[in-house]
Amino acid sequence: MYRILKEIWRLGIPGKKIISAKGQGPFRRSAAIRHVDAGSCNACELEIQALSGPHYGLEQVGLNLTASPRHADLLMVTGPVSRHMATALQDTFSAMPNPKKVVAIGDCACTGGIFAGSYAVVGAVEKVLPVAGQCPGCPPTPEAIRQTLVQVARQTRS
Amino acid sequence: MTELGSDTLPSVGQWQQILSAPPVWRVKVQAASWTSAALALRDQGGRLLGLWGEAGHENAFFYIHALGLGSTGYLWITLTVQSSEGQFPSLADIFPAASRMERALYDLTGIRATGNTDTRPWLRHQCWPAGIFPLREGQLDGRSFGVDGDADYPFQLIDSVDVHQIPVGPVHAGTIEPGHFRFSCIGEQILRLEERLGYTHKGVERLFQDRDVFAGARLAGRISGDTTAGYAWAYSMAVESIARCEIPPRAAALRAVCLERERMANHLGDLAALGNDAGFVFCQSQFLFIKENLLRENREIFGHRYLMDCIIPGGVAFDLNSAQIATMQRNSESWQRTVQRLDLLLQEHSGLRDRLVGTGKIAPARAAALGMAGLAGRASGQAWDLRVQFPHAPYQNLDVSMQLSPEGDVAARWQLRFREFYESVRLQTQLLLDLPGGDVSATIPESIPDGEALGIVEAWRGEVFVALSVENARIKRCHPHDPSWVLWPVLEEAVLNDIVADFPLINKSFNLSYSGHDL
Ligand code: SF4
Repeated sequence: MYRILKEIWRLGIPGKKIISAKGQGPFRRSAAIRHVDAGSCNACELEIQALSGPHYGLEQVGLNLTASPRHADLLMVTGPVSRHMATALQDTFSAMPNPKKVVAIGDCACTGGIFAGSYAVVGAVEKVLPVAGQCPGCPPTPEAIRQTLVQVARQTRS
Repeated sequence: MTELGSDTLPSVGQWQQILSAPPVWRVKVQAASWTSAALALRDQGGRLLGLWGEAGHENAFFYIHALGLGSTGYLWITLTVQSSEGQFPSLADIFPAASRMERALYDLTGIRATGNTDTRPWLRHQCWPAGIFPLREGQLDGRSFGVDGDADYPFQLIDSVDVHQIPVGPVHAGTIEPGHFRFSCIGEQILRLEERLGYTHKGVERLFQDRDVFAGARLAGRISGDTTAGYAWAYSMAVESIARCEIPPRAAALRAVCLERERMANHLGDLAALGNDAGFVFCQSQFLFIKENLLRENREIFGHRYLMDCIIPGGVAFDLNSAQIATMQRNSESWQRTVQRLDLLLQEHSGLRDRLVGTGKIAPARAAALGMAGLAGRASGQAWDLRVQFPHAPYQNLDVSMQLSPEGDVAARWQLRFREFYESVRLQTQLLLDLPGGDVSATIPESIPDGEALGIVEAWRGEVFVALSVENARIKRCHPHDPSWVLWPVLEEAVLNDIVADFPLINKSFNLSYSGHDL
């Protein structure tokens, strides 16, 4: 136990201290996020996982990842919407309570990326759901993802 | 090219060595020798890595390819099937992993494996009509598919009033890739698990076609984002073999640095996630902290956090200076110290051991029958590591030490990640110390000759290979293959007799690829 505490102490608080601005908009200062991988190559997922690491203090800015769409305010989508995932993606969105918003993460989700034009993908997320924010990059950095999420969570109008 | 050599090659035809390091042998066989080649391979203790199909000119004939590993090296066996026959003998009775590959082969090319009783679609879901085979010529012209979800897939269920089912996915609770798991349980205990994959199918093999080999490299690096260095290297190895291009020694060493860093990053990420799934969040923050520092260093020095597009046909797209090397050496030493401290501390943590030891076990004998390899295979006593058995440049000089464990449980896969992490740190240190001078890439001519080749590397999950054929400087067929094909069916067996609550932990301990498998 002592050694575990020592490691926690040694790690301290990495990353920059975050001062969260006063919240506006429907989600005020916090938003619960549901993620759906709609056919990503998995690197976008790795960046979202990195976001829950100690460098990024996701919860300090009022964001948390939730396991169920029923608790979610934001839907974060990665991948070029493979046809095989399109229905599950739409179902996840309909399971979310209002108000709700969709964020497209990564080049694939924004435009179809390198997989655009394939018989097996629909392409940009906005072809199947209304998108409130986009975060391009292949994959986008955790900072960029966090920034997009905060920005969309604080938008006053949907 | 060397003609036929060793008597350990199954005598089914004229073998040709098409790659020397790692050694890849090629043979074209008749239907009669197809099964006997596979039997001979199994009898010498070999295993099957992959099975895939290819449509010939105007769909008049088809090639069925298999890649196996025997004592002489990798054996690439090709069978020609006329479209009038439309079928080939199944290998599923000889190598269990062949079954799903044969189902996928049918979905994509329409050639059926006779003798395989499982004829359900595998990569094809509802939105894609039966009778359309995307890898056949001209099948997709002017056609577009819908978005109907997968329904009515005939799962193999246990018919008893005492047994209940738990459907999980394709959307999972955590931030992971999509797939469906169907559990049949009595109370908490898992009686059967059946996987349904294909949700991330993106038509990658079709996308490769008609690209030039340089554009293909970008796509190869995005087949599975966690194995980008592995795929890019295997792909480039195939391109270089077709172009008869020798890469400079410095490029080979720098590629290995990328591959080992990819291994380090993924092992750290898995240790974080495994600890978290065992309910010990401490691990999550500790290991993700180190992983993040490694990713940031990647970005600083290599230009990309996951090393995408760092390995290109001909060599690598970056170079290291002495200041960068010094930073890398210093940091890896400090990460190693931290990980060692955590390793010792966690080995003594009884709460964690309680979750890991004995969970999700595959004993060595069973692992051999299932053809396991890679990290999960080594954790079940399967001594396969391409870097050790058939080392290619720069691994011949590095004396890689293979990490093995006979236990085959989650704890073994957990512990092996620590040991492989240390070994990768050692390899990186050595590679950077002995870094040869000179260029970091050779030129691949735009007008690359026609040809067929195979590239293979030991990536962090196991062997990743890419079979490539080029015609008129364009990619004619490219089949990338992930070790997850062989390992996914093993997961179904590993969870038996464990409880549902242990599934996330067992699944994570394998950490298989969806995107690399669904293609
Ligand atoms: S944007 Fe790039 S990293 Fe993200 S899923 Fe697409 S190919 Fe992968």
